[in-house]
Amino acid sequence: MAFAPPARHLLRARDLADSRYFEPLGVDELARAAGLSRAHFSREFRRAFGESPHAYLITRRMERAAALLRNTDRPVADVCLSVGLHSIGSFTTSFTRTYGMSPTAYRVRFPPAAQHALVPACVFSVFGRPQHRTFREDSGASPT
Amino acid sequence: MIKIANAQLWVNDQEEALEFYTQKLGMEVRVDATLPEMGDFRWLTVGPAGQPDVAIVLMAIPGPPVMDADTAEEVRNLMAKGFAGTVFLTTEDCQASYEELRARGVEFVEPPEERPYGIDSGFRDPSGNHLRLTQVRDLAAL
Repeated sequence: MAFAPPARHLLRARDLADSRYFEPLGVDELARAAGLSRAHFSREFRRAFGESPHAYLITRRMERAAALLRNTDRPVADVCLSVGLHSIGSFTTSFTRTYGMSPTAYRVRFPPAAQHALVPACVFSVFGRPQHRTFREDSGASPT
Repeated sequence: MIKIANAQLWVNDQEEALEFYTQKLGMEVRVDATLPEMGDFRWLTVGPAGQPDVAIVLMAIPGPPVMDADTAEEVRNLMAKGFAGTVFLTTEDCQASYEELRARGVEFVEPPEERPYGIDSGFRDPSGNHLRLTQVRDLAAL
């Protein structure tokens, strides 16, 4: 096995967030995937990707939720569960903080765009992930 | 007519990449030439069997004087972070190809999913390069 730069292990953890966001996944699991202690992992992840693993995971979940709102007619509670979150209240709060409007308002405002239908999904997934916005209510969720 | 012949990917280790692209992805070696007169530079290309006119160059990150150590480190890091490039592959049966590649040890980041343009999935090579594997829908039928 060739020598891999340390960032390769961090990418494995980020891939895990991208592929298993719908599970009750947290920073601990991501750190394990990278083979690092939680504190060291969070530091190294931030150094490599410019944001904390917690922020990455929550924005991945928000991006996925937004896509489900745009592309399906599933109820908001369903969308919340489908992105690995279990409290509708905190989902709505996080979503509103991220996109500046409630999930319901977002769905009405952004109906599926047929002209975008042929753009590869990975492009939406990468370029559609929102900026993380922190307010006090995140502090309970150990944002490291 | 201008056509695509080769496109180049950086790889962390040519042997590791060769094994991945041939034994796991099932591509064939097109050229594997080591040139002593160029400091043992190795030109290594692979391509899908059945598509003889297109190949991927699996390029080792060079040292000085071609590339200074800092730049090489930056490229190595970009690749390890997954930002060095993406190859879009197509298949006639995404689910079958997915099962086949997974059985050979390819770790998928995204299993096959229905998309407006077809069935799409994604994985990485050992260096961190992103590969898509898509069963493209017949656009004429849309």
